Amino acid sequence: MSHYISITERDRTEMLKAIGVESVDRLFDVVPAEVRFPTLNLPAPLSEAEMARELRRLSAANADVLTNSCFLGAGAYNHFIPAAVDSILRRSEFYTAYTPYQPEIAQGTLQSIFEYQSLMAALLQMDAANASHYDGATALAEGAIMALTATRNRRKIVVAPSVHPQYRAVLRAYTQGLGVTIVGDEDPNTSVEEIAALVDDKTACFIAQSPDFLGTLHDLKPVADKVHAAGALFIMATNPIALGLFQTPGQVGADIAVAEGQPLGIPLSYGGPYLGIFSCTEKLLRKMPGRLVGATTDLNGELGYVLTLQTREQHIRREKATSNICTNQGLMALAATVYTSLLGKTGLRKVAEICYQRAHYAAAEISKLAGFEVVTNGPFFHEFVVRCPRPVTEIAMALEFASIIGGYDLAQDYPHLGHAMLVCVTEMNTKEDIDRLVAALKG
Amino acid sequence: MHTYEPPIFELSGAGKIGAWLPETGVPETALPADLLRTDDLAGLPELSETEVVRHFTRISQRNFCIDTGMYPLGSCTMKYNPKIHEDAARMPGFAFIHPLQEDTSVQGALRLTYDLQALLAEISGFDQVCLQPAAGAQGEFAGILVFRAYHLDRGDDQRDEVLCPNSAHGTNPATAAMVGFKVVEIATDPRGNVDLADLRAKVGPRTAGLMLTNPNTLGLFDENVHEVAAIVHDAGGLMYGDGANFNAILGIVRPGDVGFDFMHYNLHKTFTTPHGGGGPGCGAVGCKTFLAPYLPGPIVVENDDQYSSFTPEKSIGRLKTFKGNFGMFVRAYTYIRMLGAAGLREISENAVLNANYLRVKLHDLYPVAYDRTCMHEVVLQGKLKGAPDIHTLDIAKRLIDFGFHPPTVYFPISVAESIMIEPTETESKRNLDAFIAAMRQIAREAVESPELLHNAPTTAPVRRLDEVGAARKPILKYDRAAINGLRGDKATTDDQLEQPTY
Repeated sequence: MSHYISITERDRTEMLKAIGVESVDRLFDVVPAEVRFPTLNLPAPLSEAEMARELRRLSAANADVLTNSCFLGAGAYNHFIPAAVDSILRRSEFYTAYTPYQPEIAQGTLQSIFEYQSLMAALLQMDAANASHYDGATALAEGAIMALTATRNRRKIVVAPSVHPQYRAVLRAYTQGLGVTIVGDEDPNTSVEEIAALVDDKTACFIAQSPDFLGTLHDLKPVADKVHAAGALFIMATNPIALGLFQTPGQVGADIAVAEGQPLGIPLSYGGPYLGIFSCTEKLLRKMPGRLVGATTDLNGELGYVLTLQTREQHIRREKATSNICTNQGLMALAATVYTSLLGKTGLRKVAEICYQRAHYAAAEISKLAGFEVVTNGPFFHEFVVRCPRPVTEIAMALEFASIIGGYDLAQDYPHLGHAMLVCVTEMNTKEDIDRLVAALKG
Repeated sequence: MHTYEPPIFELSGAGKIGAWLPETGVPETALPADLLRTDDLAGLPELSETEVVRHFTRISQRNFCIDTGMYPLGSCTMKYNPKIHEDAARMPGFAFIHPLQEDTSVQGALRLTYDLQALLAEISGFDQVCLQPAAGAQGEFAGILVFRAYHLDRGDDQRDEVLCPNSAHGTNPATAAMVGFKVVEIATDPRGNVDLADLRAKVGPRTAGLMLTNPNTLGLFDENVHEVAAIVHDAGGLMYGDGANFNAILGIVRPGDVGFDFMHYNLHKTFTTPHGGGGPGCGAVGCKTFLAPYLPGPIVVENDDQYSSFTPEKSIGRLKTFKGNFGMFVRAYTYIRMLGAAGLREISENAVLNANYLRVKLHDLYPVAYDRTCMHEVVLQGKLKGAPDIHTLDIAKRLIDFGFHPPTVYFPISVAESIMIEPTETESKRNLDAFIAAMRQIAREAVESPELLHNAPTTAPVRRLDEVGAARKPILKYDRAAINGLRGDKATTDDQLEQPTY
């Protein structure tokens, strides 16, 4: 018997007797006989020690960012995670609980979500944040759907081509059955300001990202004003680490703001689990998807927390719900909460400063190399575009020999840039790492 | 023990920091003045590492969790979460690899993903699996989008309805609506099955498909599943399998063998990746060959022992960045590899044994909505003889005083005063007996001293909470005045704060 099961043979006999059947098999008489008890062709079970060995073998077959220096970003960022974050995440009280349906015995989860909502609202300077979405891209797609509901008869979505390509793909996948038109990202050379001119009285929302997919920072305030003048909503996608220094969605007047929360204390984990940060203005609150926690009091007048405004949600409203989301990314929201609390006001600014300064140093050094050109114009954060003398795949191989995970190859998403690499620098890349990258590129 | 812990913002003090960060270490570049944030990060707290750790440890102790006791939340499969899973997901080659690395540098991760796809396909009787969806609801979304794409691809553009039994999870109708379909509800027959007459009356050329949870949310295996599938298929519709209750039938029956065309798996339920206080999960999906061209991508494929990513030709597209919640893949893979075929069957056998044991030990006091052999969960009703003023909510809250997490309550909505109990296979008979004793005592108390139920819980960190007030005047983020308003004479004073102007 498996070591997770606590029923003995004797227990089983007694239980079957109480139920009134002679064997466990008889509990499944309802299953059609011809398909009952199939033989599953699975590998033989492994003991815990054998399993651990197998897992180590698989893990060792991957090049990790601990032993290699990583200059890859493009939507997932290699940041420092204080040990205290995972120490809290590994508390059974948090990770083996579920959605806090019984608030009296889930105050830990509820208070942490309340603090998460508070921290994210403050970081993004938005009125309210929900308890989380699957990732930044799904938060964006749900934001667009919310805008469609909020603006009623408007069925056009305008999106800038500098929004992360995978986010735009998710947006299209999510809205494919809703009879909407998505425009704006056909020509990658168009500026955000030019795209904003496409917003008209049929447009539900305009979506822009800053820092954008290529790292460029935009002043989105004038754009937001134009969008509002046309009666549409402005959705801003952003990076939470950049907000330690740069313009926030609230500052520029975003109605809905979303972000990938992974940079806030969540490991890269080959793409997930991550965290979709979702926030909006007070005015849109009751159209918001996802769970929300509110403060209240108990019978004794003690402060407590509960799930609230649940009439928006699928378990109450079914087909009339604002979204189908149920399970979210709770534990990842806790990671972001602990991370943001640890770094606080000073730490968040400092991390952003280190990323900004080191990225600019790297760009300056690379631009000195013959054949390489930094094509990002104006201020950028985290990452910048380097035009290379050879295909990026060739360069990547050379970097691999130097234990460097190179930047993202833009050939698939932005072929108009030629042999272009999106180089990302965070506080995890020291000056020595950057100098090694420059030397390796020089060849 | 007094366990009140203030909102973290009230512990803030100017100049504190909880992380040790390096110096910039490079020549400085000027910041673009017109693009800067202007509020000095107002509202973000300042604390030491000590304070942060103590704060979250203290609030964690106000939680009930699987590791502290039985958590029979129906339809959520709150089984034990093995500890090796947590170590596994944190191995350097899993937790610290970037999703956009070249496939050649992540062959171990791709291999694990590929193998998990194959294991799930074998366990469920499907041909192709995609692990991208992040949760059950997103798996459903993938499935209904695939149904839509399949019909449209065949030029069959009149199908604008999705059928859902009235016992379905709320996510089913919500998903169908999100894809753009009209939802048609199907009745339940007197034995807890899909009502065949109602199904026949409502199925037709407008039917895109039926979303069926089997075993259903009443804890019952549908006795007519073959016939249900035949009716839907004959009308040109497709069968969606909601795998929320897959824990009942591992090695017992494969959904792909009883007429389902597509299903989602909840790795966080059946394959025990931890629920994390609400997530993350993984809502992997599987389907028959004819639907595989429409699956979301990427999927992992193998060629000559090399693993790479692949997006099907007619794919509905991408539902999430990258390949999915990989950390959950590692845990589920570990679970299946350590159990093997016999171990999986043992899970379902014990899950079903435990649920039936509870059923027969409680059905004399608590009416069972459909009293026949159940699967992994049993749905009782909180209608106790001689206690007309007692409701399911009171019973649930009283269970807290006995040290149990309450079952799912008021769901399924098709059963009045429902109490949906899923003990899972990892509970011992000793715990089940203690739960039964508590339920029986509560039934006595309901008649003899109902105030014990009405006042419950009294042993939890807080008493019953004012949910109506919370919704009427939502306080969704920290605001000192609002919090002080709630706390009345317990409100924090300026003297108690290091940063009174906060």
